[in-house]
Amino acid sequence: MWVYEKRLQYPVNIKNPNPALAKIIITQLGGPDGELSASQRYLSQRYSAPYAQVQGILTDVGTEELAHVEMISAIVYQLTKGLTPEQIKAGGLDAYFVDHTLGIYPQSAAGMPFTAAYFQSKGDTVTDLHEDMAAEQKARTTYDNILRFADDPDVRDPIKFLRQREIVHFQRFGEALRITQDNLNSKNFYAFNPEFDK
Amino acid sequence: MENKKRQLLYAVQMYDFYLYELQLYLDTHPTCPNALHAFRKYKELRDRAASAYSDLFGPISPMQSGCDNVFDWVKGPWPWEKEAN
Repeated sequence: MWVYEKRLQYPVNIKNPNPALAKIIITQLGGPDGELSASQRYLSQRYSAPYAQVQGILTDVGTEELAHVEMISAIVYQLTKGLTPEQIKAGGLDAYFVDHTLGIYPQSAAGMPFTAAYFQSKGDTVTDLHEDMAAEQKARTTYDNILRFADDPDVRDPIKFLRQREIVHFQRFGEALRITQDNLNSKNFYAFNPEFDK
Repeated sequence: MENKKRQLLYAVQMYDFYLYELQLYLDTHPTCPNALHAFRKYKELRDRAASAYSDLFGPISPMQSGCDNVFDWVKGPWPWEKEAN
C-alpha cells in the first residue's frame, strides 16, 4: 500500500506562467518516456520478478516515479495557472484548453493521450531490466531536450533535479541486472527464464 | 510561504532525499556498512526535522494530524500550490 506525504520530493515554485513551456513539459507526465509510464512499468514488472533485491528496486524506483508524476503535474499546473484565453491562444495551448480547460491530463507534447502501450512488462527479468535502463536514458534525453527550450530558472531547477534522478535509476537498474546475472549461468544467461522456468 | 516554514520543510525534503537515495543504494548493496550507518544517522535527523515542521505547521503524513476538534490534514495549501513550496 502507499501513504501520501503532503510535500513535493523537490520544491516547485514558478513565478511566471508560460503556456508554451507547459505544452512541452506535459510530455513527461503522459508521454512515451514520461513519469507515469515509468511508474506503471516498474510497479507492474515487480510482481513476477525473481530475487528480493530486484523486487525491492522495482518497488522503490516505481514509488519515486509517482513523486515525479506529482512534480511534473505541479510544474504544468503552475505554468498554466491564471492564464487568460488570449495568453492560452498565443502560447499554443488552445487545442489542449478546449478538451481539458486547465485541468491536468496525461498526454504527450504532440497531444497523444497516455497509453499503457508506452511500456512493457515482459515477464522475463533480463528483458525487463534492459527495458528499464533504456527507459531511464530516454527520459534523460527528454529532459535534456526540455532544458533546450526552458530559460526560466524556476522551471530549470526542478527539471534538472528530475534529469539527475534518471541517471541514478539507470545505475541502480544496472546493478539489479548484475544481481540477476549473478544468479544465472554465466555461460548462458538465456538458458532459461528465471521468472517462468524456475 | 513564511521563512521559518520553508526552512523546516526544506530540511525534511533534504534529509528525506538523502534517505531515499540511500534506500535505493541499499536495495542493491544491502550490507554496505557505510550506507547502513548513514541511513541510521539521517533517519534520526529526518524524524527530528519532520516533528519540528509538523508541530508548527501541520502534518506531513495523515497519522500526524491533530484530531481533537478539527482534522488539520485537510488544511491547505496542498503541495502542488506555489504557496506550499
